[in-house]
Amino acid sequence: MRYQFDFGALLPYWRDFLDGALTTLTMTAFAVVFGLAIGILCAIGRRSASPLLQRLCGFYVELIRNTPYIIQIFFIFFGLSSIGLRLPIFAAAVLTLVVNVGAYTAEIVRAGMDTIHPGQIEAAQALGLSQPQIYWDVILRPALERVYPALTGQFVLMMLASSITSQISAEELTAVANNVQSFSFRAFETYIVVAVLYLALAVLLKLAFYGFGQLIFPRRRRLGTPL
Amino acid sequence: MGGFTLTHFLYLLQATGWTVVLTLLAFVLGCLAGFLVMLARTAQVRWVRGLSGLYVDVVQGTPLLIVLFLIYFGLALFGFELPAIVAAALSLMIYCSAFLGEIWRGCVQSVPRTQTEASECLGLSRWQTLRDVVLPQAMRIATPPTVGFLVQVLKNTSLASVVGFVELTRASQVINNSLFQPFLVFGIAGLLYFALCYPLSRLSRALERKLNGGRRQPA
Repeated sequence: MRYQFDFGALLPYWRDFLDGALTTLTMTAFAVVFGLAIGILCAIGRRSASPLLQRLCGFYVELIRNTPYIIQIFFIFFGLSSIGLRLPIFAAAVLTLVVNVGAYTAEIVRAGMDTIHPGQIEAAQALGLSQPQIYWDVILRPALERVYPALTGQFVLMMLASSITSQISAEELTAVANNVQSFSFRAFETYIVVAVLYLALAVLLKLAFYGFGQLIFPRRRRLGTPL
Repeated sequence: MGGFTLTHFLYLLQATGWTVVLTLLAFVLGCLAGFLVMLARTAQVRWVRGLSGLYVDVVQGTPLLIVLFLIYFGLALFGFELPAIVAAALSLMIYCSAFLGEIWRGCVQSVPRTQTEASECLGLSRWQTLRDVVLPQAMRIATPPTVGFLVQVLKNTSLASVVGFVELTRASQVINNSLFQPFLVFGIAGLLYFALCYPLSRLSRALERKLNGGRRQPA
């Protein structure tokens, strides 16, 4: 059977696509900021002296990393609404993304922290640095610089995974696509357009992260060598 | 509104079986395709490398959900009415092939170049070099991340629920629609996924320690 492509039928919907892409980016931005915060706290928690905190953080990371994101969405979104807590859909979608990416971030940051030589920490202690100073200057900053590529790669994957929030009808790019294809009856073209948009978003995000990395890691910018 | 009964649980278990079937189907197909991608990514001809690199970038830059929709709705337009499981398996295969191809490329390229050069000196053909020299060494490095990726595949089979294939996620949705006890139903579904994924994750880590102990950085 021959199929006649008609991308023109999608032109009237360009604003919807644009809005969807912007929503996806906004969700990603929120999730990156809060997910990174949770991930760092959790990674620190797994190194803490308290066995309870260690196990709690480990449990969270393993639980999230070994269950599908879509189940986490349903659990959180429908679960919260079943106990009467009705979040706006955008907030619920961001919440599930944060919970999800926090666990992956924690594992990556922890791997980075593990590469810091104990001698470095002992030297910092010998120099009389306080615990927060040690964590910030000696452990966290070099660790983040080392895992920066893995971390940003994970964030790009998360942006792609945010398409799954369309299942609770968050109005992001995939949900827009589902709507547009039901109005225009041009399913194939719609999903091709959206695939291209996601590709563009992924490239954009990678460039942005690269630029940001150059900005916050001056050592790497000047020397151009991995830490 | 009734309670969660044994019948519901058995239904979930049966659906778990379908999740496993879809995982294996997608993984086996994905391994075959991924092997081809790896060959293309390490080929000597430049345009083959470039083209396969583009394929990997495109697949890795597109959500699996969109790939699934493209296959499910797209192929229908060309007259192929695919059952949901075939559409799901095909899209997971594409997803697998891009990621596994790239993982394996890294493993193959991490085998020292001198090994290839030595086999050339011994007069081995390119295929013999690959089969008898490079692959056995690369396999050692590749096993832990491949098992780790199997966990990703297993988790991503949950997306097949979107096109109506009744696996674990779809089954739990169906049950939840009648009971409306989301914490319980999706909690149990989550635990079933966890029971499948966690041992694989542990295995991947254990293999990493066992096979590549010598490559580990001193802490």
